[in-house]
Amino acid sequence: MLAINHAYHVETDLLECNMDVSQFYNPARRQYNADLLLKAMTEMAPEGYLRYISLFKGDLYIPILTYIFGQAQLNGTFGIASPFRLRNELYGLPENHELMIERLSKVVIHELGHTFGLIHCSQPVCIMRSSTYVEDLDQKEKEFCIHCTEKMNAAL
Amino acid sequence: MSRKVSILIVDDEESVRDSLYNWFIDDGYNVSCAEDGKHALKLLESDSIDIVLADIKMPGMDGMELQKRIKTLSREPVFIIMTAFASVDSAVQALKNGAFDYVTKPFDPDDLSHLVRNAAQQVSLRDENETLKEKITSLADVEDIVGESDALKKVLKDVESIAQSSSSVIITGESGTGKELIARAIHSNSSRKYFPLVSVHCGALTESLLESELFGHERGAFTGASFTRKGRFEMADGGTIFLDEIATISPKMQVELLRVLESKTFMRVGGNKELSSDFRVICATNRDLGSMVRSGTFREDLFYRLNVLNIKIPPLRKRKEDIPLLVNHFISKYCRSMSRDLLTIESSALNHLMNFEFPGNVRELENMIERAIVVGNGKEIRLRDLPMGQEMMSSSVESLDELERTHVEKILKKYDWNISRSARALNVDRATLYNKIKRFNLRKK
Repeated sequence: MLAINHAYHVETDLLECNMDVSQFYNPARRQYNADLLLKAMTEMAPEGYLRYISLFKGDLYIPILTYIFGQAQLNGTFGIASPFRLRNELYGLPENHELMIERLSKVVIHELGHTFGLIHCSQPVCIMRSSTYVEDLDQKEKEFCIHCTEKMNAAL
Repeated sequence: MSRKVSILIVDDEESVRDSLYNWFIDDGYNVSCAEDGKHALKLLESDSIDIVLADIKMPGMDGMELQKRIKTLSREPVFIIMTAFASVDSAVQALKNGAFDYVTKPFDPDDLSHLVRNAAQQVSLRDENETLKEKITSLADVEDIVGESDALKKVLKDVESIAQSSSSVIITGESGTGKELIARAIHSNSSRKYFPLVSVHCGALTESLLESELFGHERGAFTGASFTRKGRFEMADGGTIFLDEIATISPKMQVELLRVLESKTFMRVGGNKELSSDFRVICATNRDLGSMVRSGTFREDLFYRLNVLNIKIPPLRKRKEDIPLLVNHFISKYCRSMSRDLLTIESSALNHLMNFEFPGNVRELENMIERAIVVGNGKEIRLRDLPMGQEMMSSSVESLDELERTHVEKILKKYDWNISRSARALNVDRATLYNKIKRFNLRKK
């Protein structure tokens, strides 16, 4: 929440949600379909917020990709992110909760950026740079580069 | 200048299309989707697509068939084939057919990003290659402007100053003086040089063909319009359009052209979408547009719109001192292209060229030299290899009288029946020439 406040200068609320997610589970892939989850979210989210980002603990996929960290609607209202593949243990490394939270906040800020119309950026440390591995996430900052900041200010 | 790369996703599964669409949109690409090969071909005909990602198994036309059909398009996109089940046979076949790559679904996110980035790089290399090729062609043509005469130097100075502006230009000059070369030189020296120079020979096209050529047409706009086609104005976006023989366009096209020049917007034939293009216009004509305006055959408003800057190219007979340089230039040009040793030219042949009037100007001289190299002995260009030499050699006259008559008549014609100059050339006095005119019963035609 602090990371979002810092990046977007907006107030953030954290709401808990319980739902049956078995319909989004693909037993063959042992993963959850992020496209369907995102769609379900748009139907059940409470009103009154500028943007919504859903934090889902399961492993996410979209049909064409083996996994994703998160995804969002470009110029839309909703996004989704998962810490599943951000954990060090998954890669045979010692657990590091702080690092996982750091990575998750980067994914959340990045996905929210898409909802404000930002596309992937080529600046190495910009938060909007595309990240397909956790190492990519670790290399970038939690900040927007000058160009993305300009675009974000215009969108806000 | 970089442009957005466009990707077409062809897959019968909606979820695959949506996932890829969202992924590529986030990466900043222009993305379109088609549910089968038929729709994909429609999109490929009307839109400019750089990369196609197609599923191998689709109802109706499969990915392999689509790849074959794409090969017949005028601009072939980079083709990537996707499949749910890896099979070495189909992969090999797709690559043999010219596919850029072959991938198995689902992809690793990193692999997909790399794959498309490499394909986009291929697209940008191809674009760059085309631009460079175009540039090399233009530069080769500009090299053909040869000469040291004051008249030509003035033209080149005009070219230099005119190239910096973006205003319309009219190039006037007799046929064969090199109007298109000057247009290319203006373009190559301008800030638009990295964009295309598009030439249209207005005189060679009928009114309806010219309309479709300039503005393009939508599919089905008329019989035979089986594909949507970009017009020359659209192709010249960012660059220059060269309209040769502008004086030949019909009154209707004059109105259309004026409208486009004023608004820089137009519609394709049969289309309803207004398109815009940023181009510079250079026109050429061998006719006097001013007198055509006075006689009412050319619109005055269009003339003023076009005639912002003006270049007049002198005929070759007004810059005879350039003939030896041009002769040497064309000899080396054609010897090189025909892979022959460099030839020399006989002094009598060069003298005859220097004294020739060249109604067809530089083009006529170039053709003469090319022909002389082909028919000559491979060592030097002789008088007999030139058309005027052959005329002298193969003359059917047998009697001395007839030969004298032909020669006197030719000299009189050359000096426009100026008796003093003709007599001087023949090395006789004026009275003798008068006597010969009377004796041979010669008359000015």
